Amino acid sequence: MTLAASGISRELMKGNEAICVGAIAAGCRFYYGYPITPQNDIPEYMAAHLPPIGGMFLQAESEVATINFLLGASASGKRVMTSSSGPGISLMQEGLSYMAGMELPAVIVNISRSGPGLGGIAPSQGDYFQAVKGGGHGGYRMPVLAPHSVQEMYSLTMRAFDLSDKYRNPAMILGDAVIGQMKEPFVPTPYLPTVSAEKPWALTGCAGRERRIVKSLYLKDDEIEVHNWKLHRKYTTMQKEEVLYESYCMDGARVVIVAFGTAARVSKTAIQVARREGIPVGMLRPVTLFPFPSREVNEAAGVADAILVIEMNTGQMLEDVRMSTRHHDKIRFLGKPCAIPTPEEILQEIRRLAGEIGAGR
Amino acid sequence: MKDKRRETFPRAVFSRPRSLLDVRSHYCPGCHHGIAHRILAETIDRFDVRGKTVGVAPVGCAVLMYDYIDVDFAEAPHGRAPAVATGVKRAHPDRFVFTYQGDGDLAAIGTSEIIHAANRGENITVLFINNTTYGMTGGQMAPTTMLGQKTATSPYGREFRNDGYPIKVAELLATIEGTAYSARVATSTPAQIRKAKEAVRKAFDMQIREVGFSLVEFLSTCPTNWGMKPLDAQKRVLGEISGYFPLGVYKERKQADFV
Ligand SMILES: Cc1ncc(C[n+]2csc(CCOP(=O)(O)OP(=O)(O)O)c2C)c(N)n1
Ligand code: SF4
Ligand SMILES: [Mg+2]
Repeated sequence: MTLAASGISRELMKGNEAICVGAIAAGCRFYYGYPITPQNDIPEYMAAHLPPIGGMFLQAESEVATINFLLGASASGKRVMTSSSGPGISLMQEGLSYMAGMELPAVIVNISRSGPGLGGIAPSQGDYFQAVKGGGHGGYRMPVLAPHSVQEMYSLTMRAFDLSDKYRNPAMILGDAVIGQMKEPFVPTPYLPTVSAEKPWALTGCAGRERRIVKSLYLKDDEIEVHNWKLHRKYTTMQKEEVLYESYCMDGARVVIVAFGTAARVSKTAIQVARREGIPVGMLRPVTLFPFPSREVNEAAGVADAILVIEMNTGQMLEDVRMSTRHHDKIRFLGKPCAIPTPEEILQEIRRLAGEIGAGR
Repeated sequence: MKDKRRETFPRAVFSRPRSLLDVRSHYCPGCHHGIAHRILAETIDRFDVRGKTVGVAPVGCAVLMYDYIDVDFAEAPHGRAPAVATGVKRAHPDRFVFTYQGDGDLAAIGTSEIIHAANRGENITVLFINNTTYGMTGGQMAPTTMLGQKTATSPYGREFRNDGYPIKVAELLATIEGTAYSARVATSTPAQIRKAKEAVRKAFDMQIREVGFSLVEFLSTCPTNWGMKPLDAQKRVLGEISGYFPLGVYKERKQADFV
């Protein structure tokens, strides 16, 4: 069916706004947040659009309060979202750990900025470790989705809600200022739920049923160990079933770029030019950062002559790439902490690598 | 045995509240957490809201209170109960939502959350248990610790130049516009317990009538960490502690502002 025939028209929006449209389409009616650049479009959009449709927008006094509003709303069985950036996401880590331990779903959007500390508002991918390794205490994971277009800001947000409900676990959208502020057309495809809306654990008052307790404290004998293994099994299932990635120009690629989000977006431009020059270069773009497409990276590393990891930091996903394969000698890194790599910079690196391995031209 | 008693006393004059589970608690002898629990359970029964109540438990000695109070419960991170309760209440405005918090939980790490919940006029009820110390972690100094009081982390006694003064939460929250009800009670005599029940009933009523945020501060005991016998701990509340933290109703709104 063509787009015109389906009756769905394209929308022209900022990435941050597309997240909101996706969330509302997925049935999210509760949004809590605290202002921080470069994600303010999200709370502003939600403040304007949720109340008229019977939703709830509330500006919290801090990100610490925000994440606990989410905890309460989620424990009450509602689809709930927040968004923030670097310092605010740091303040949420305690609550995120509790929510992972309490097995509560929610969607957390990090439109990340540069750091550490107050850092700056320049786009960055410096929060990779915090996002994918369980940024709070105690050891936990959450699905982390990395959109590289406004379309994906929309569709991956819907997916994040389903994933978080499916696994009863927080899920994160990891974007950055570029993807957030970028305006481009996208197709607001309808939300097709992949999980049941039933939440037989939600706190609603115990009238007519057994009472329910949502907690993360386990004091008896080996309860906490059992609980940890239970959580671990969820993360293992995610690794088996939820990996998303894009193969871009991978036909005969001898140089394989591994990049996500904005870095991947810019890499596509460089790859197109390089391909026109006859360089066999492609890209494996992780869409889920956790679970990480380790198998695919390993396969690519087995076939290609060089793996070029490109990140807007000093090398974080790089460690996961190294963990995925034993072909460490093939791995190169191009890092631009707190800045967008230009297509020219990437192209230069592609050409240099092609020369090194004697490919193309 | 039970049946025999029934024969001697045809009318039950005392029974366990429905909302209080018939289990042995972990509280120390002479600890007043248990009294506050009972008052809470009795009031839940009195208003017949057990089936529509969601409680939010603190981190502190009452962390396991869901083992005693028989309603739906969410656990909150240390100090964040008012924020969690906000999330619950906003999701289900027609449910009865309460938090139960110690003085470390509410008046130290959670000061921001409690002030802003009150300021939003969040329609929740807070039971605040002030025992002038961090009971659970072994009796360290709290913001409510009395001047001169020796604790694990004020071994020479609390000194205002170093640690400031004990914070008066009931008075502080009464100054906030969004607060509908703020009172301080104690549970060291039967008369005080009667007044405490009355205050908790008022606090419940505020939420049920949607008047706004309500808080009852309990002057409680911690004989274990005070190094006192239960009766001496009670005397300390009746004397020194209520001397500095006067009992009374600090704010009582008649109706919601927005009415
Ligand atoms: C973020 C965080 N910091 C510290 C603690 C450790 N902790 C647990 S209970 C507590 C104090 C409890 O004191 P209070 O709230 O007065 O309750 P009480 O035990 O006296 O009833 C502290 C500091 C924690 N659990 N979480
Ligand atoms: S330590 Fe103190 S507050 Fe905790 S149960 Fe014992 S007496 Fe009560
Ligand atoms: Mg205390």
